[in-house]
Parts: sequence; C-alpha cells; structure tokens
Amino acid sequence: MAVKYFQSTVLSNIQITDDIFVMTVLRHGASVSAGQFFMLKCWDQELTLMRPISVFQATEEHLLFMYRIVGQGTRKLAMLQEGDPISLLGGLGNGYPLEQLHGRIAVLGGGVGIPPLSLTARMLQEQGCTVDAYLGYRDQLFALDAFEPYCANIFVSSEQGPEGYRGFITDLLKPESYDAVLTCGPEVMMRKVAQLCAAQQVTCWCSMEHRMACGIGACLGCSIPTSEGMKRVCKDGPIFLSTHLFQEA
Amino acid sequence: MANLQTSVNGIPFKNPIIAASGTFGFGEEYHQLFDVSCLGGISSKGLTLKPKDGNLGIRVYETPSGMMNSVGLQNPGIEAFIKHYIPVMRQWDTVLIANMGGHSMDDYVTGASMLSEADIDMLELNISCPNVKSGGMAFGIKAEVAAEEVAAVRKVCHKPLIVKLSPNAENIVEMAKACEGAGADSLSLVNTFQAMAIDIHRRKPIFNNVYAGLSGAAIRPIALRMVHSVAKAVKIPVIGLGGITSAEDALAFMMAGASAVQIGTVNFTTPDAGKIIVEELNTLCEQEHIDNIRDIVGIL
Ligand SMILES: Cc1cc2nc3c(=O)[nH]c(=O)nc-3n(C[C@H](O)[C@H](O)[C@H](O)COP(=O)(O)O)c2cc1C
Ligand code: FES
Repeated sequence: MAVKYFQSTVLSNIQITDDIFVMTVLRHGASVSAGQFFMLKCWDQELTLMRPISVFQATEEHLLFMYRIVGQGTRKLAMLQEGDPISLLGGLGNGYPLEQLHGRIAVLGGGVGIPPLSLTARMLQEQGCTVDAYLGYRDQLFALDAFEPYCANIFVSSEQGPEGYRGFITDLLKPESYDAVLTCGPEVMMRKVAQLCAAQQVTCWCSMEHRMACGIGACLGCSIPTSEGMKRVCKDGPIFLSTHLFQEA
Repeated sequence: MANLQTSVNGIPFKNPIIAASGTFGFGEEYHQLFDVSCLGGISSKGLTLKPKDGNLGIRVYETPSGMMNSVGLQNPGIEAFIKHYIPVMRQWDTVLIANMGGHSMDDYVTGASMLSEADIDMLELNISCPNVKSGGMAFGIKAEVAAEEVAAVRKVCHKPLIVKLSPNAENIVEMAKACEGAGADSLSLVNTFQAMAIDIHRRKPIFNNVYAGLSGAAIRPIALRMVHSVAKAVKIPVIGLGGITSAEDALAFMMAGASAVQIGTVNFTTPDAGKIIVEELNTLCEQEHIDNIRDIVGIL
C-alpha cells in the first residue's frame, strides 16, 4: 500500500463537543486501512512538524478525522473551514491485522481513542466478524452513531457524565467472550485491557500514540521499547500485540 | 537550465542539496515519496560501531520555528549498515555519505576503518557525541580533544573525510582550524544546538536527558554566521546546514562560503522538500542569472 504526500481540500470541519472536531477532506485516491493514520498540516512554515491523526472513517472520495484540540497544531486544524487547503501524508502505519481477525471481536476505546475504532468496526463487520464496542468517555459522549451500524452490542461508560455505566469501561469487558480484543486510548487503559486479556489468553492488539516528526519511519523520533526490541510507532506500529508492549500482560 | 553541479573533495555532486544525517534514515522511506536520485547526496543516519537503542521518553518536540530532538543515535550498527543498507542506497544515483558517531576514541577508529573499506563515497564524522572518558562532554566542545580524534580517524580513513562540527564548540573558528590541521578534508556545520524545554504542569523537563538538540529555521541565522566565519578561516571546503527550508536559504549558505548544503528538519515539515528545493534552486539561479552555481560560493 503506497504512502502518498498530497494537497487536499477541506469539505467540512464540525465541532461536536467542547474540544472535539470532525474534519472531512478529499481522499485523492490515498490508501487507508483500519488503525492507520495520516500526518496533517495546514501551515507552511509557522509550525515545523505535521501532526499524526488517526482515520475515523473513509469513503471512496473522502477521509474523515475526529480529533481533540490538544495543542497548537490541532488548534490550527480546528480553525479550518470548507474550501481551505490541507496537506496530507498517508495512509501510515501497519493497521490492524484484519486477515488474522475472525469470529467475535471486541473493540475497546477511551477518549479520542474511540474514533479510529469506528473504521475498524466497519471493516471487521464487512469481513464477517461480529463486533461489540466498548466506549469509555470522561463526560460528553460522541461518535456513538459511528458504531451503531457496525456493532452487535455497544457498551458505554462515562467517568463523570450522566449516561451509561459510571466508571471505567474496562470494568465491563469480559475478554473470554471474544476471539480478539482491539484497544485504542490512554496507556493506563490499554494496560488494563492487556491484563484482562492475558488472564483469559485472548489476543489483544493495542494502538499506540507517540510524538512524531517524519511519520514514515525515517527519523526514529517515535521509537519505543518492546519485547521485540525498539519499534517505530509510526511504521512498525501503531498497532502492537499487547504482549509485546506490556511485559506483565 | 542553470548548472547546479558542484564538488567537494573531488567528489562530483549533481546539485548541492544533501539530505542531512538523522532526518532521512537510509533514504528508503523518502524514496516512496519521490526519487531520491534527484538529490546531490544523502548522509546516512548516524552510525556507531555497535547497534544502539537510543533514548527513552519523548524524542521529538516542536519549538518556535524549529524542533528539539533526543533520539540518542539509535542505529543498526556499522556492520548491518554495510551489509543491508549500502546495497539499498547504491541503487540510487546520489553521493553516499556515511555519518558516524561514537563514544570513545577506539570506537571511532575501528568504525572508521570498517567504513573506509566499504562502498561509500565519503565519511562524515559527527564529533558532537558525548565522550564517555571525559565524563560525557562532547568531543566537539574543545578543539584539542576534537583534533586528537580527527587525527586518529584520518590515519585509518582512505575516503574523503568530512568533519561535522557542533555549534556548541567553545570557539567554532578555532575548532574548524584544529580539525583542518588534524587532517579533515572538509567540514560540515552545524549540528544541533543544545537546548532545553520544560513541562511546567508536570514540573519536569520534556526530555529524559534534560537537554536536547535544537534544529530548524530558528537556528538558521546563527548557523549562517558560523558557516561564514568558518569558511573565511579555512582552506578546505565547507558544507553548510542549519535551518535551510528553501532554495533561497540554500543560496544564502553558498554565498556565505558553503560548497554544498544539507537539509534536515525541513524534510519533516514538507516530506518532498528535497525534490522541491532542487527544482526551485534551478529556477532561482535562472532568475538571479547564476549560470554556474559554483560561481557564487563564498562571494561574501
Ligand atoms: C531527528 C534528528 C536526528 C538527527 N540525527 C543526527 C545524527 O544521527 N547524526 C548527525 O550528525 N546529525 C544528526 N542530526 C542533526 C542534523 O543532521 C542537522 O545537523 C541539524 O538538524 C541542523 O540542520 P536542520 O536545521 O536542517 O535540521 C539530527 C537532527 C534531527 C532533527
Ligand atoms: S516519526 Fe519518524 S520514525 Fe516515527
């Protein structure tokens, strides 16, 4: 699958919570798979590095990104309007090993780890898997409708909000009901998922986040230690087997 | 078409644009995006005798008009480079520069003799690395220490030897002269500036190693001044770098005395920057009535 650097156009950029946006851009034939990301920029020289953002959904013509404002880069992205130019590099990273995933699959996301699991759920459903989603929120819910068409069951938790189970989403997961668990979100959450899966000997794939410079594997700015040696999150990942990341799992 | 050809130590470059060490890997990743044969040369990721895992924690960090890095020389080691990466890089029609770092004099000498026998065009010696013997102070700070190292490597190196200077040197001009005296065939400058960033919420430094190297546009005016003063003070060729983001910047470094230039951080900002800068350099030279790019080297 070819990586491509291209100029595109913003079709819409909609605020859906206090600090989360969904941006739709023209795809221009870029390849993409579940769990992959793109490097984005909408600046020339004001900022130095492009920003890695996971793919939320994709159509033949469009790429959708759901992102939270966390710093200068995402703040600039959030100011984009219909018709504005944007540069993209991608699709990047290994993505989930779809060919190895069969039967019943749980996707478990926390916070902005939730959106990328929507495309994943869809692609899993398309290949005949039965998908359950476990979505953990802090307060405001979002992206629920992006799971409904692809999932048999959806479990929701929120730490502070009024909806769903009050507590951590990991409290709800019973890994023994699944052939594999895919997780994306804060590291403490993924570590917990990894432990639960390890106890039941269920395969668990984690999606890692890291600061990046090149995004394509050249600068080694995103290397992390794994049981298989140093690995680049942008190129060897972002999807890793939980047992390679968390030694105790 | 302007003539962009240049040469350093008798090695011909089709144009003066070289990908800087550590920002371009061994070229493979960027070759997916454009044909890297359009570049004058590629300087490899910094190599050490033994493979290195590099540093833990945050390794790259955006700063005003630049970035900081603390990769810590993660690399596959010189043996693996010779076996696996030289054959890959030799598929391309571009000057192959092996960049080498080290933490002891023995490592440098053994590494340099291995690379000197290998199929590379030039060796670039990175003297910014911490020296374990002198309590971690870089070889590239004190001119006497650097000169000793360059002389030792010179003895075993039969390829053109570029010495890459650190802007953290006590006195960059004295450093340049000392390296020239010790047998360097050419100099490249600058490497990254030692810098610091703090996460005030966590009340901790951003980088596990506390200090990290600053690069990108923010350092360009200082790098340009250093290239200018060094080029005036030595007779050997100088390769200029530090914050170059455009053909205009490249030309400025050449006017200041650089025979060729390297581009680093800009590869991250614009992944096809190498190709674009080469193309724009051609147009720029035509606009500026520069028939032969070598004619403007060191005019200031
Ligand atoms: C991520 C990163 C890794 C680097 N690794 C090396 C290295 O291994 N060896 C070396 O000599 N210089 C290394 N450098 C320094 C660059 O080659 C260059 O000297 C410096 O970044 C200044 O140029 P620039 O502003 O165009 O990036 C590295 C720079 C960056 C940003
Ligand atoms: S960000 Fe450069 S190697 Fe991953």
